Amino acid sequence: MAVAIPHREELMLNMGPHHPSTHGVLRFILHTDGEVMRKAVPDVGYLHRGIEKIAERQPFAGFVPFTDRVNYLEAIFANQAYALAVERLAGIQVPPRAEYLRVIAAELNRIASHQISIGSVSMDIGAYTPFLYLLREREKINDLFEALCGQRLTFNYLRLGGVAFDVKDEWLRRLEAFLDHFEPAIDEFNSLISANEIFVKRLAHVAPISAADAVGYGLVGPNLRASGVDWDLRRDQPYGIYPELEFDVPVGRGIRGEVGDCYDRFWLRVEEMRQSCRLLRQAVAKLPAGDVCAKVLRKLKLPAGEAYGCVEGARGELGFYVVTDGTDKPYRVKIRSGSFAALSIIEHLSRGLMIADLVAVIATLDVLAPEMDR
Amino acid sequence: MQLLAERIATWLGMEGLPRQAVVAGVVLVVALVVATVVLTIAGILTWAERRVAGRTQSRVGPNRVGPLGFLQWVADGIKLITKEDVIPAAADRTLFRLAPYPVIVGIFAAFASVPFGQKLIAADLNVGVLYLMAITSLVVVGVLMAGWASNNKWALLGGVRSAAQIVSYEVPSVLAALSVVLLAGTLSLQGIIGKQGGWPWEWYLFYNPFTFVAFFLFFTSAVAEGNRTPFDLPEAESELVAGYNVEYSGMRFAGFFLGEFANVYLLSAIATALFFGGWQIPGVTPDMQAASPVWQAVGVGLFALKAGTGAFVVLWLRWTMPRLRVDQLMGLCYRYLLPLSFAMLLGNAAYVWLVPQWAAWVVQGATTTVGLAVAGVFVRRVFYHIRHVGDDVSLDLARGESGTFDPQLQVRVYGAFRRRHAGDSAS
Amino acid sequence: MTSDLAGLLFLAVFALLIPGAALAIPALIAPKGTVDLTPYESGMKPVGSARLRFSVKFYLVSLLFIIFDVEVIYLYPWAIRLRDLGWPGFFEVVMFVVILGVGYLFILKKRALDWD
Repeated sequence: MAVAIPHREELMLNMGPHHPSTHGVLRFILHTDGEVMRKAVPDVGYLHRGIEKIAERQPFAGFVPFTDRVNYLEAIFANQAYALAVERLAGIQVPPRAEYLRVIAAELNRIASHQISIGSVSMDIGAYTPFLYLLREREKINDLFEALCGQRLTFNYLRLGGVAFDVKDEWLRRLEAFLDHFEPAIDEFNSLISANEIFVKRLAHVAPISAADAVGYGLVGPNLRASGVDWDLRRDQPYGIYPELEFDVPVGRGIRGEVGDCYDRFWLRVEEMRQSCRLLRQAVAKLPAGDVCAKVLRKLKLPAGEAYGCVEGARGELGFYVVTDGTDKPYRVKIRSGSFAALSIIEHLSRGLMIADLVAVIATLDVLAPEMDR
Repeated sequence: MQLLAERIATWLGMEGLPRQAVVAGVVLVVALVVATVVLTIAGILTWAERRVAGRTQSRVGPNRVGPLGFLQWVADGIKLITKEDVIPAAADRTLFRLAPYPVIVGIFAAFASVPFGQKLIAADLNVGVLYLMAITSLVVVGVLMAGWASNNKWALLGGVRSAAQIVSYEVPSVLAALSVVLLAGTLSLQGIIGKQGGWPWEWYLFYNPFTFVAFFLFFTSAVAEGNRTPFDLPEAESELVAGYNVEYSGMRFAGFFLGEFANVYLLSAIATALFFGGWQIPGVTPDMQAASPVWQAVGVGLFALKAGTGAFVVLWLRWTMPRLRVDQLMGLCYRYLLPLSFAMLLGNAAYVWLVPQWAAWVVQGATTTVGLAVAGVFVRRVFYHIRHVGDDVSLDLARGESGTFDPQLQVRVYGAFRRRHAGDSAS
Repeated sequence: MTSDLAGLLFLAVFALLIPGAALAIPALIAPKGTVDLTPYESGMKPVGSARLRFSVKFYLVSLLFIIFDVEVIYLYPWAIRLRDLGWPGFFEVVMFVVILGVGYLFILKKRALDWD
């Protein structure tokens, strides 16, 4: 990347790749005048692992564990988006019980991801304690996942045609106990930090994104909704059994500042955790009996074609575009992730912000390096 | 100190020695004692901070070295002493090496005039308050030197932030201390404590509404001067990584670190002396205390308790509050605290002149009642929340009734995983 | 009094010696030359020097500090002699603060405290 010689009174410094608040290894080149920024230029590629290329060397089923690594905080969504694309190509019908288990796993994962996300907002603003309270809750989700599929982070739970393991009633009771515990814990978190005057002052009115900008830069998920655009793939482009479940889509209202500011993005994720709890309760109540995985050929060969599978991940639309050429491996896989779009808007937002604001912007946009670089 | 020197010389039977030599010897001993006390206090506070942080964050904190991890700070000290003293290639070596000294000297020398007890004070200066305010300002020199000498942009930003912050908050804190000086009519800390009494209504904190405000002004700006959360911008981990001490390692880093923690205790000690009656014991007059070594010891203990509580509040704040932004920080100082402190000062002076003695007593009583009521409500709320959290813990999946953690369940799941896996490889 | 201050000066000197001694120990026992000596800039090679002119905001803050702090120092003698100086002294100080308040309002009006 070309490095321009800084203007004389301009302080030019690297924020990242080794910096506490660039989540993952992510680099920004800051041009600042003292504390006020002229611009912040993101520089990506420090965590590139060539996952899309790896897909071309793997059988269709063999690529599922790699999708976990696209974004370690939302492994289930990547599993699911890839599975959706391949199932669409192969015409696999997923059994209803598996669909419900997918919803359970995905919503649990969404809660876990949002916990990290809003926790790191508070940590980057300087309040360390709420972050640890959320991590404490997240441990319980990790325990649940461990009991579900033996993994705590890279779950590899979904299979083409269903899910890997069935659950016992005992596990569902544990899940319900967790929800009983966690819903009040959201209130506890809010009482810790969300209403804190300093916290609100640090986030409200900071770096608002207009709806037009949000759409223009291709923001997705919570970042898009915080700007007032009512768009959720679960509702507007339904997949799985989401149409059968009831949930609200929170939209940014500018509750403390203006629509689309940092506080809205933060608050939206808190609200989404509640909606996820609602979805989880419904899914547990409605969980039908039956098989958890459709019969899928071990050596799956797909005819030439292409399909796009996308889900509403914790960071917005996570899509896998799979092209096949009649062999047992994908010809090409393209991953579309929310973090990359979110990162691209930072340079546009950064002018006139302070260094401390940039930290808040990165945290509230929930930019995660592995998802961006793949 | 001279008096002390002479007394000790007499006691040792060394009147014959030249007085200067005795004074120098006594000062050396006093300096060593003060240094030991400061280092111990700062070290214990680093341990306390981590225990408080642990409790606040629903975890344990250090608990391996010594009982309750109490010796953790000693272990940390030994670790730091064996660490390489890294001086970056681009740094200004002389300034870089010198930077910790003003910080340490500023704090150490300030401790010399802290009245730990009625007689336990290294130097009871008649300009005590002014001296404390002046000598602690040395810290800013060290911080700025560190920030500049590192030749590191994060350090530079941290140093400049710190300088701006410390000097700005100096004004409200000096004005708040001034309001007490105004009432006491003396700058000597022992004199100020002597004007107060042991009971809460005899403290300057509750003397009148203006001093009540003055205390909060003093505490806020002292916390800001000590670079503590919510004003810890110079070290802001998530923004400036570690601010002005980012390039420091080993003992030089320990210098800044101990300086920060000693400063926490120092600010609480000054607040105790100015507003909380210092070493005064309820129901015991200073004369009675002077006569009895037991009361002396109780007085010292009471001072340590009050100052320790203050230090605890500062640590508590650190783990509760988010951090201000630099413009908000300056705005808070210049837009709110500064006018408020001038108004408070003039109000206080007018109060002294306008309010007759009987009315002053009424006001004093009223302020005390209101203040203690507020404190009581606050403490009750804190304990309510502690109890509430206790209830919450019983919902814990691993221990609670609603979802008993079942290792068997996991074994079964792993079993299923293994069976499936075995089936896979068999087929 | 004078000797007390002299004592404090001694104390300051000894306070210098103590960290000096603490720093001498690592010089003897700590390892040397084990780390990279480039300044830390989040793991990248630093661009340019950190020795540059800095935002004028901070200088402004220090100027404001000087104005207010000097005034505070003038208030100290008055505070000690408050009861002796009586009402005349009080009104002199009020005048003093009012004049400074005008300057303060000027600063506010000039938006010297705004960052953007």
